[in-house]
Amino acid sequence: MSVLVLAEHNNQELKTATLNAVTAAAKLGDVCVLVAGKDCQGIAEAAAKISGVSKVLHADSDAYAHPLAENIAGLLVELSGDYTHLLAPATTSGKNIMPRVAALLDVAQISDISAIESEDTFVRPIYAGNALATVKSADVIKIITVRGTAFEAADAKGGSADIEAVNIEKDAGLSSFIGNELTQSERPELTSARIIISGGRGMQNGDNFKILEEVADKLGAAVGASRAAVDAGFVSNDYQVGQTGKVVAPDLYIAVGISGAIQHLAGMKDSKVIVAINKDAEAPIFQIADYGVVDDLFNAIPELSAELDKALS
Amino acid sequence: MKILVAVKRLIDYNVKIRVKPDNTGVETANVKMSMNPFDEIAVEEAVSLKEAGTVDEIIAVSLGPKASQETIRTALAMGCDRGIHVETDDELQPLAVAKLLKGIIEKESPDLVILGKQAIDDDSNQTGQMLSALLGWSQGTFASELELADGTANVTREVDGGLETIKINMPCVITTDLRLNVPRYASLPNIMKAKKKQIDVMSPGDLGVDTTPRLQTLKVTEPPKREAGAVLESVAELVDKLKNEAKVI
Repeated sequence: MSVLVLAEHNNQELKTATLNAVTAAAKLGDVCVLVAGKDCQGIAEAAAKISGVSKVLHADSDAYAHPLAENIAGLLVELSGDYTHLLAPATTSGKNIMPRVAALLDVAQISDISAIESEDTFVRPIYAGNALATVKSADVIKIITVRGTAFEAADAKGGSADIEAVNIEKDAGLSSFIGNELTQSERPELTSARIIISGGRGMQNGDNFKILEEVADKLGAAVGASRAAVDAGFVSNDYQVGQTGKVVAPDLYIAVGISGAIQHLAGMKDSKVIVAINKDAEAPIFQIADYGVVDDLFNAIPELSAELDKALS
Repeated sequence: MKILVAVKRLIDYNVKIRVKPDNTGVETANVKMSMNPFDEIAVEEAVSLKEAGTVDEIIAVSLGPKASQETIRTALAMGCDRGIHVETDDELQPLAVAKLLKGIIEKESPDLVILGKQAIDDDSNQTGQMLSALLGWSQGTFASELELADGTANVTREVDGGLETIKINMPCVITTDLRLNVPRYASLPNIMKAKKKQIDVMSPGDLGVDTTPRLQTLKVTEPPKREAGAVLESVAELVDKLKNEAKVI
């Protein structure tokens, strides 16, 4: 078995979701990583250091400066002949590119796998994680996206793979990058944070998220939100944890003023320890929380902040 | 301009699903069915473009058993002009759906195809990208804003770190994310009018597509359950437990 993993990066930094995909790939066979970008030698070098990677393919071209699905899919199809499996993290970028690759190769894509049973059999969540399907692929090449939270991150150090330049330029000429508006934050990213504190409709407005941010900074945590809080306009959509937002599984998830709608639980119920703070003792979030505090969040959060000062000093 | 939207009939998003005791799938008998929520957003986007005056006709397509026609009627009541139903009781996986839609698109020649980004039953998030690939078109997935210009579309996309804007050639496939719009409710007069709108019915064979599933579902199981833990008396106790019992801070 030989596996090609599509690295996710922004030409400056290798995204950690790549490390989780490498762990999944290593369960299937020999791991090769594709770094497609522009002026991204540093990324190729970082990929070569990932433990368990045997080779890095480095494709540097204007066509790959941004991960446009049409161009990257063309490159992956061109390279696919040498591999039994093509993997990408199940991020917005991986989800955008991999089905396109599968269709061009006339094979199925297996989305968001959470476990590997064998080289052709995989487990994936369906119905927002309320059921798990075990599926077997009959295709000659398996195109897969990997749920990051289901696989440990591979060690970013310890490897010494060879880097091989790939001189294939696939510019489909169908799309171009105009710009982006990325949320600037000093805090860790939601999908890689060890601790997350999320607010729901109970926060009442966006300004009140400041009290969560204060606690987050004491814990080195990321700040998230429920869909209800996003829909109400308190915070932007990239904060959203849930079926239609980000799926997270930190060591500690603190849900504040979140009732626990199915769609939110789908995004966080694999967290190791869940804390619920809500004034409604009947809120469904308490049914899955390891620790619950029934209190008005506007009392509990300042108190939490003060208690953390004591506990962490 | 002509737009094609695809709509899927599935278990209503408010229903708590049950895994069948024999682990062959999820119980769908006597369960409330609705249009996939992301497809409602696709229909809304098409109808608002038509109201803005740039669109002449919207075709709503659904694939699946006879009851899928109810979902097409819903789309027609929201403002689509006519329907196409590809009738089959067989399981359709995303690649087969993309091939069937391609067959219809080759007959109808729409300028724009709008799909939901994913169906909330199998959560695949594949069909739009696959369709775009099979047609050799560009794709604008997870759209939160769509602006059409002369022969191109500017698509603002929901990406992991925030938003990204790309410019793509038309014709193209757009897939919708939640913030693209808020779908309307169909009014009673429009529901009545929709009953008179035309729905053409065809079979996968008419489109020359082999829909044999590529993935075999071996079993469907319930995820491990989480037990409720302890309700604590105070925040001080919580911090103590997190530090000394769970050891996560």
